[in-house]
Amino acid sequence: MTVLNYNCHERTKDPSMPAMSKYEPVIGFEVHVELCTATKIFCSCPTTFGSPPNTQVCPVCLGMPGVLPVLNRRAVEFALRTAMALNCNIPERCNFDRKNYYYPDLPKNYQISQNYACIGTGGWLDIETPAGTKRVRMNNVHLEEDAGKLIHPEDPGADYSLVDLNRAGTPLIEIVSEPDMSSAEDALAYMNTLKNLLEYLEVSDCKMQEGRLRFELNISVREAGTERLGTKVEVKNLNSMKTVLKCIEHETWRQTRLLEEGGRVMQETRLWDEAAGATRAMRSKEVANDYRYFPDPDLVEIHVTPEWRDAVRAHLPELQEAKRRRFIEEYGLPEYDARILTNSKPVASYYEAAVAAHPNPKALSNWMMTEVLRELNAREVEPADFALKPAGLAAIVRMIDEGRISGKIAKDVFAKAVESGRDPAEIVQAEGLVQVTDAGEVEKWVDEAIAENPDMVEKIRAGNTKTVQALVGQVMKKSRGKANPKIVNELIAAKLC
Amino acid sequence: MIDLCAKPIHELRDLLRRREVSSVELTRAFLTRIATVEPAIQAFVSVTGDLALEQAAAADAARSAGEDLPPLAGVPVAIKDNMCTNGVLTTCSSRILANFVPPYDATVVTRLRGQRAVFCGKTNMDEFAMGSSTENSGIKKTFNPWDPARVPGGSSGGSAAAVAAGMAAGALGSDTGGSIRQPASFCGVVGLKPTYGLVSRYGLVAFASSLDQIGPISRDVEDAALLLNAIAGHDPRDSTSAHFDPPDYTSFLQRGVRGLRIGLPKEFSGEGTDPEVQAAVAAAVRKLEELGAVTVEVELPHSPYAVATYYLCATAEASSNLARYDGVHYGFRAPADNVIEMYSRTRSQGFGEEVKRRIMLGTYALSAGYYDAFYLKSLRVRTLIRRDFDAAFEKCDVIAGPTAPTPAFRIGEKTSDPLAMYLSDIFTISVNLAGICAISVPCGFTEDNLPVGLQLIAPSFGEDRLIAAAHAYEQATEWHRRRPPV
Ligand SMILES: [Zn+2]
Repeated sequence: MTVLNYNCHERTKDPSMPAMSKYEPVIGFEVHVELCTATKIFCSCPTTFGSPPNTQVCPVCLGMPGVLPVLNRRAVEFALRTAMALNCNIPERCNFDRKNYYYPDLPKNYQISQNYACIGTGGWLDIETPAGTKRVRMNNVHLEEDAGKLIHPEDPGADYSLVDLNRAGTPLIEIVSEPDMSSAEDALAYMNTLKNLLEYLEVSDCKMQEGRLRFELNISVREAGTERLGTKVEVKNLNSMKTVLKCIEHETWRQTRLLEEGGRVMQETRLWDEAAGATRAMRSKEVANDYRYFPDPDLVEIHVTPEWRDAVRAHLPELQEAKRRRFIEEYGLPEYDARILTNSKPVASYYEAAVAAHPNPKALSNWMMTEVLRELNAREVEPADFALKPAGLAAIVRMIDEGRISGKIAKDVFAKAVESGRDPAEIVQAEGLVQVTDAGEVEKWVDEAIAENPDMVEKIRAGNTKTVQALVGQVMKKSRGKANPKIVNELIAAKLC
Repeated sequence: MIDLCAKPIHELRDLLRRREVSSVELTRAFLTRIATVEPAIQAFVSVTGDLALEQAAAADAARSAGEDLPPLAGVPVAIKDNMCTNGVLTTCSSRILANFVPPYDATVVTRLRGQRAVFCGKTNMDEFAMGSSTENSGIKKTFNPWDPARVPGGSSGGSAAAVAAGMAAGALGSDTGGSIRQPASFCGVVGLKPTYGLVSRYGLVAFASSLDQIGPISRDVEDAALLLNAIAGHDPRDSTSAHFDPPDYTSFLQRGVRGLRIGLPKEFSGEGTDPEVQAAVAAAVRKLEELGAVTVEVELPHSPYAVATYYLCATAEASSNLARYDGVHYGFRAPADNVIEMYSRTRSQGFGEEVKRRIMLGTYALSAGYYDAFYLKSLRVRTLIRRDFDAAFEKCDVIAGPTAPTPAFRIGEKTSDPLAMYLSDIFTISVNLAGICAISVPCGFTEDNLPVGLQLIAPSFGEDRLIAAAHAYEQATEWHRRRPPV
C-alpha cells in the first residue's frame, strides 16, 4: 500500500543524480502474474504458497521421464479474462511452445510457454499520469508455467543448493507491453493500474512479496523529443515497485552517462543488485542466447471458440468502474467516497464485507477513508492481512449506532483492535467502555465538573456558548469518555442556561 | 514346458481358462526358458521373476475365486524398457537412467495390470529408442534368435527377440520410425504400429513426441489384436490421445481380404532392397490376390524425403525431450564443481554416441536462423507425405511392401555408418510422419533362414483392415509357425 504513495519527484531531486534534461527513458514492461487457480497448469497439484519444500509435486511437475502435460482449462480462462480486459485481439487458435534453457529449478529444462501464437495480441491499458491519461499499448499476453525455486544454504561455505519444486508448474501469464512509458511516474502508474486491474479480474492475488506479481523492465534512453528508440536493456530481479522505480532512475542515469561520454549501450539482460542499488550485467553463463522455441508436441492447439470467448466475457468479475457506480447507487455513497474505496479491489472487498455485516454504508465509508486506509498505509499491509477484520470494523460502527460506545471510545477501541487483533466487542466488554446513559450517574459527573470549574460556569451563565463544549469535555474526561455526550449536554443546559 | 513358451497368447488363454495350466506354472515355464535362452539372446535389461510369480499367483487366485478374467490374465508379457513401471527399474537402456525407478506406471502398464497380465521383464532397446539394431543400447547388445551373429533390429529389439525366442508370450514395443515393425520383421514375429493417438503415450519415455507410439509385438496377428485391445483407447493423461472408441480388434480376424484393394507404391520396390526380400514380398502380394484381394499401383512421390524429414523433426523434439536428463533430479549424476560442469559431464558420460549425435542434430535444426530452413521445412514435408497417403488411400484400402529393405544384418555391420543404419527404416518412417498405422507380418525366409516381413499400411484408425488382411495372409501361410533355432 505504501507504494501507492511513493513520490517519484522526491528521489529525482537527489543532488547526486545528474540532470536529465537531454535524455529521457523509454520504458516497457514484461509482467509475470501467477494465476490463483486451485491447481497447477499441467497437473493437479495444488498451488498453495508456503508449503514445506517439494510437498506439492507429482511426476508431471517433477518432469519425470515419460510424463505428459494436460492443460488446466481454468488457467486459460484466467488468461482470456486478462487479455480481454487489456483489449487484446484473441485469436481463435493458439498453442504452446517449448522455451529451451537449462536451469536447475526448471525440471524439464524447457518451459512450456507461448511464443508463436499467444492467447492475446495487441491491446492497450490506459493509465493516469501527472500529465494526463496515457495509453500503453500491449504487445501480447501469453500463458506459461512457472519454474521452481533454488534454496541456497545459509552456510556460506556450502557447496550445494537445494531445489524446491512446489512452484514449478504454477500457471503464469506474461503481459508484454510496448515501450510506451517515458518516466518513473508513467511506470508507477502502469504498475499500479495493472495490479489493480488484475485484482479486479480475480486472476491473481498479486502479492509481490510472495513473487506472485513480478515486473521485468526494458529500458532505453533517447534524446527528449526524438522518436528513434535507443538500444534497450532488460532488467530482472526487481522485487517491488520501489525497486523498479529505483532501477529506472539508475538505468536512466547509467545509460545517459554512457551516451554522454561517447559510449554505447549494449543490448543485454542485467540483474538488479539491491545491495549495490545498481544493475549489473549477467554472467554469460546466466544468459540463454537462443531458446529454440518450437511448438510443444505434447499439447494440442487451444481452440478458443467464439462461444467460449463470449462465456468468459459474460462472466468477467465486476470491474472498477462498475463497482464505483454500484457503490454510488446501492450504498448512496458520494462519488468521492466511491472512487477512493474502489481504487483498490482488496479495499473495496474489505468495505463490502463490512457493509454486509452492518448496513451503514456511509459511516463505514468514513471509517474506511480515514482510519482504515491510514493504518493500512502506515503498516504496509494488504487488507486481507489487516488485524482488524471487516466484521470487527462493522461491530465498532454498530456499537456507535446503538449508542453503546461514543465516537471517541470507538477510536480507542479501533486502535486497540488494530494493534492486538482482538475483537472490538470483547475490548469494549473487558475494559468497561460501554457508554453510560443513566441520567443519575451522568449527573454526578456533571455536578462534579460544575463544582470544580466555577470560571467556566460563570462564562456559560454570561451566555458564552463556546464554553459549554469545554465543560462537556471536562465531564467526558471525568467519565473516561463513557458518559453519553447527548445527556451531558442536556444536563448542562438544564443546570446552567 | 518348452511347448508352452512357443504358444501364442490366445492358446495360452484357452489353456488357462480350461485350468489345464495355472498362471504360476506358465510363468515358471517362461522364467525357466529365460534362464536357458537369455544368456545367448540378451533380450532383457531386467527380468522381474519375483514380480511375475506374484502377479501369476494373484491371477490364479482370482481365477479360482471364479472371476471372469480378461484374455491376458496370467499370461507373461515383456515390456520395453522405455515404459515406466512403478517400482521397477526403467532405464531406456541408457547409462543416464541406469538407476531410475519410476514412482508411477505408464498408462499401458496400468492397463496391462488391469488385465492381470504377468510382467516377466523389461526389454533391451536402442538407447532412448534411437537406433535400428539395439546396438545403441547403453546396457548390452541383443542377439537375433535366428542367427546370433545378427542384430534383432531396433529399437524394440529386446521385445522382438524375447517373443521370437519364447521368453515372453507377447510384448510391448514403441515405434517412432519403425522401431516395432523393423525388429518384428528381423525376428520373424508380428509387430503393429497403431495410429498416432490410439494408444496413450503417458509414461512412455519420450523420444520424438509427435511420432512415438506404443504397440504390440506378438507371435501372430490374433495376439496382436488381443494386446491392442488391452492398450488402445483414450487417456485423459495424454492430450494427444485420440477421442476414439476402439472396437474389439479380434472381431476383424475373420473378415478376409475379398475385394480388398492393395496399393503397391512403386517407390517401395526400388533398388537398394534386397532381392530375396523383394521376392518374398511379391509372393506375399500374390498370395493375397489368391485370397481375393486386388492390387493397384499407387504413388507416394514424397517418400524419398521421408528419412531426411524424420531426422529433422524427430531429432528436434528429442533434443528438447532429453534435456531433462541433467543429473539434477534423478538418474545418473557425474561429480563436478559447479552446475554447468555437472550438466556437461553428466550428459557427456550418461548418453551414448547416437543419442548425442541426435541431440546435436536436433539442437541445430531448432537454432535461431535454421529453424525455418530445417524444422519448419520438415513440418511442411510431413504435410506433403501425409497428403501422399491421403491420395493413395483414395485408390486402395491398404498399402503393401517390405517392412525393411534387408533381412537382419550382421552385428557391427552398420554401426560405423549412421546413414546406412538410418536407411534401414526407409519403408517404415513415412508411416510415423503421416501418423497412420501399419503392421509387419512374417512373409518368408531368405536362403540363410532369416525372416522377412511384409508391411501393410492403413489410414488413421484403419487397424481393423490391417488385422483382417494380415490375419488372412498369416492363416494361409505357415511362416508364423517357424521357430528360431535357439
Ligand atoms: Zn504436479
